[in-house]
Amino acid sequence: MVTGLEVRDLSVRYPGTPPIVAVDGVDLAVDKGEILGLLGPSGSGKSSLLAAIVGIVPLASGSVLWDGEDVTQTPVHERGFGLVFQDGQLFPHRTVAGNIAFGLEMQGLDRGDREERVGDALALVGLEGYGPRRIDELSGGERQRVALARSLAPRPRLMLLDEPLSSLDRDLRDRLAIELRDILVSTGSTAIVVTHDHDEAGMICSRIVQMSHGRLALG
Amino acid sequence: MTATTFSANGRKSSSGDPVTPPVLRSRRLRAARAGAIALPLTFLGLFFLWPVGTLLWRGLSEGSGDALASERTWAAFGTTITLALAGTVGSLVLGLGAAWALYRVRWRGQAYARALVTVPFVLPTVVVAVAFGALLRPSGLLGFLGLDQGIVPIVAALVFFNVSVVVRIVGGTWASLDPGTAIAARTLGASRWTAFRRITLPALGPGIAAAAAIVFLFCSTSFGIVLILGGTRTNTLETEIWLEVKQFLDLNTAATLALLQVVVVALTLAIAGWAQSRRERALKRTRMDGTRSATRADLRLVTLALAPSALLVGLPLVGLVERSLHTRSGWGFANYASLLTIPERSNLPVPVWRAAVNSLEAAAIATSVAFLFGLILAAAISRSRRARWLDAVAMLPLGVSAVIVGLGILLTLYRPLPGGFDFGDPRILVPAAQAVVALPLVVRSLVPTLRSISPELRSAAATLGANPRRVWWLVDWPILRRPTGVALGLAFAVSLGEFGATSFATRPDHPTLPTAIYRLLSRPGIESVGTAFAACVLLAFLTSAVMMVAERWHGKEAVSW
Amino acid sequence: MHRKTWPAIAGFLLSALALTGCAADPDPTTVTVVTHGSFAIPDDLVTSFERDTGLTIEFVVAGESSSLVNELILTQDHPLGDVVYGIDLASAAQAVEAGLFTDYSSDQPAADDAAEYAISGSDGLTAVDYSDVCINVDHHWFDERGIPEPVTLSDLASPTYRGLLSVTNPATSATGLSFLLATVAAFGEGWGDYWAGLRANDVRVVASWSDAYYTDFSGPSSGGSYPLVLSYASSPPFEVGEDGVAPTGALLDTCFRQVEYAGVLEDGANPEAAGKVIDWMLSDGFQAALPDSMYVYPVSSRVEVPEAWARYAPLSDRPWTLDPATIARDRDDLLRQWTEIVLG
Repeated sequence: MVTGLEVRDLSVRYPGTPPIVAVDGVDLAVDKGEILGLLGPSGSGKSSLLAAIVGIVPLASGSVLWDGEDVTQTPVHERGFGLVFQDGQLFPHRTVAGNIAFGLEMQGLDRGDREERVGDALALVGLEGYGPRRIDELSGGERQRVALARSLAPRPRLMLLDEPLSSLDRDLRDRLAIELRDILVSTGSTAIVVTHDHDEAGMICSRIVQMSHGRLALG
Repeated sequence: MTATTFSANGRKSSSGDPVTPPVLRSRRLRAARAGAIALPLTFLGLFFLWPVGTLLWRGLSEGSGDALASERTWAAFGTTITLALAGTVGSLVLGLGAAWALYRVRWRGQAYARALVTVPFVLPTVVVAVAFGALLRPSGLLGFLGLDQGIVPIVAALVFFNVSVVVRIVGGTWASLDPGTAIAARTLGASRWTAFRRITLPALGPGIAAAAAIVFLFCSTSFGIVLILGGTRTNTLETEIWLEVKQFLDLNTAATLALLQVVVVALTLAIAGWAQSRRERALKRTRMDGTRSATRADLRLVTLALAPSALLVGLPLVGLVERSLHTRSGWGFANYASLLTIPERSNLPVPVWRAAVNSLEAAAIATSVAFLFGLILAAAISRSRRARWLDAVAMLPLGVSAVIVGLGILLTLYRPLPGGFDFGDPRILVPAAQAVVALPLVVRSLVPTLRSISPELRSAAATLGANPRRVWWLVDWPILRRPTGVALGLAFAVSLGEFGATSFATRPDHPTLPTAIYRLLSRPGIESVGTAFAACVLLAFLTSAVMMVAERWHGKEAVSW
Repeated sequence: MHRKTWPAIAGFLLSALALTGCAADPDPTTVTVVTHGSFAIPDDLVTSFERDTGLTIEFVVAGESSSLVNELILTQDHPLGDVVYGIDLASAAQAVEAGLFTDYSSDQPAADDAAEYAISGSDGLTAVDYSDVCINVDHHWFDERGIPEPVTLSDLASPTYRGLLSVTNPATSATGLSFLLATVAAFGEGWGDYWAGLRANDVRVVASWSDAYYTDFSGPSSGGSYPLVLSYASSPPFEVGEDGVAPTGALLDTCFRQVEYAGVLEDGANPEAAGKVIDWMLSDGFQAALPDSMYVYPVSSRVEVPEAWARYAPLSDRPWTLDPATIARDRDDLLRQWTEIVLG
């Protein structure tokens, strides 16, 4: 039995004439504690693969397993997979703390525990004291840190990061890439990081696979 | 560490006007804006504030406002609020589901469904009352419910009328909402329902508040529906005002009650404004196309979400079509044929199609006026917090009794004014009265979008050398084009169906479609009633057609940017 | 130049707004007729009037019945027009008392017929047409069940006809007010007890004539479930089918004679032209057009009513009437008491 994530013969198709095959029969395994880099040009299907694993696009075929258990039919919110969006997707009507606490509220944690975990998460991403701030007061880098903290706070069994740094400028990206790796390692996370930047993947990931035209290439 | 690339005050102007100092320029700009705002204000002042103010002043100076001490007044006040709240909540419950189904996901035939949902909005009260009455009367299809002549049919009819307001306004917001945040919530462990409740619903907040305010005001001044479906047993502020003015000539009581209505308007706007401002600042978002094609699972939800509205809107409409096909010699299209000729035994001096042309003409003028003035007001309201009072002024017409407005107009505009002006001509009064009612809808449709345009975007354009006019044209206008479809559609629909103000402003020889229908229904005979219902179907058809055009227009545009 | 765009647009629009309000001096060739929303007359009659007199008719639409009078009273200082048509018997005395009219006596031959309905002590109002407000009955419904049709007002309160009658609220409907006045004329002080009896007999009250006739009536054009409904003596001909059989009829013992008047408005801009309008309304052409256009009987005995009317819409030979002055005095109280008794 494979421990961690296993993807079997996964395909994603989008409606159209003819249908667009975004992911075409991918097999993939990620061990626990491994940080996998998924590298490829835009349009290669890597974001679709990520979306399929997390469960927000329907699969045309194949299955997703965790610790050998098939989770293909498990709804998104019960899968325990965290996702960091390219553009953060922070909740604009909530404060920084409110954003990070969201996943904890969903787990039914009481207020005291939530506050503690939010504090920890903020510390982890280097934003101590940012809790009460409004989202529109944050810079781009700060937003992505909050997005990361928000996804990490509920302690998902798998972290999926979709081009987490691509909206930032070069300088910031390099600094954050190292920080990101440290955070993922220190939390013992199992993660897949989608990027189109080879250097970035190298800085963050322990293993890299290439993707093109919806298929994995040996890399 | 800031992501804002351009300073908000636009001082970095790279080309601009090298001669004029920036301070001077902004002063001129302010003067120009003030001049522009004067236009809609003059219009509202002339056709609404002056007539209403004159009547209220006269009424209040005639007595001491004893009505405030009367139990009957407060009972009517309570009924008004209860009915309006129930109508608003009902419209929101049905409208939210329908807004999602009609705007968030895409499916074949959607455009038709969207157009159909707007139809009730323009149907004359008297017809809707007959249609609902026919369903609920003891011998009717729903007679077994025993709901005849009470609160329930009134609320049902209020929802029937107003659900399209919610669908249009909230649907517009929903379509441009980034679906990402709700998906993010799902990945954090929220079920679909929780994600909707905790993430999507708050994001829709400003649209919901805007729609709720309009619907509440419409409901609180509803007249014919309350009177007819309530079997004259239900008294609201509006029906009491009508009785005091029309039957008892007690202007003092009428004016006192009308002032209570104004208080209701003010409270409604204050609450809606509070709800909106809590959200709006936080929701400055990039506008995007957030729609998606419906999956098979979605289609099931679409069916579920539309079913209640379809039933509520559909049953009376089917009844309407049924009666339009009912002729003396059985079923047939004779009633439709009679739309083309002057009905033989009828009190209409022109064929119904001619009345339809009159309606379209007046509605086209009214829509243009309401849109132009509404745009100016919306721009002013969205740019400055101090201009919020303009919003209240523009919304007033929705919350003041049509009887008061009508009587006020008789008192003020039907006489030669200083300077030789005379506005008592129906060619002016009819579109003016319709534009006054359509104006708040335009303002409400445009303000949320205008507010969401970030100042940075405008500054960005300014720093690239665009003068304020070009900034507006290149930044504001392209973003405004989508809600413009909604605004124009609603304004046209409300103008087309407007009856209260139009009925006293039209000449007998120049009827509009709703006044023609009313006249046909005021005499006996199967030909009369059949032609009236055929005319209603024509009105519904015209509305749907206009809506389809509006849809198509901003549908195409949604792809282009 | 761009900087001037906004003021330029503003200026243009203001002037456009100003231009749409046309300058209007009192125009001796125009006569303004104030009337209610049901006014309708064939175009050729208007055209021939304008040709004969050199006048142009403008219409102002105001309310109906008492609203019309109330609106005229409120605008008394600046009258809405030169002449009014559509004042009904129920509010005629109130209108005369308020001093709305200038005396006018038409020299048309039909003026003698009109005089029959004159408001005593005043030449302010000229009767133009009349109609009988009566309970209408669905013959078919009663035939089918073998129940005899009611005849008198008292019958309507009998248990035999329980839950069969639909009337309109006199406070919201002029037809309803006429019926209330009929019962006051018939029962005098006892009218309240009569209505309490109707209430106990499950009388249905609706807001307007169209609700009663088109929602409740079991006659052919509505399909409701009430075989007795408040309408007019002139309604039955409209229900006659191609077989020439009248499926409905009017109960002629339940009728109130309603009269419509025209009057020259005091302080109107063109009183002379106003008189010509009243002459026109008494003319044979106008009088003959009344039944088909406005669904009322002409006051003139010189014109024929349509054949169908003669056959299917006989007038009551003993309609209930009430002195207009009494109506003016008691109307508000009657309405408030009626509301207490029937809806309270």
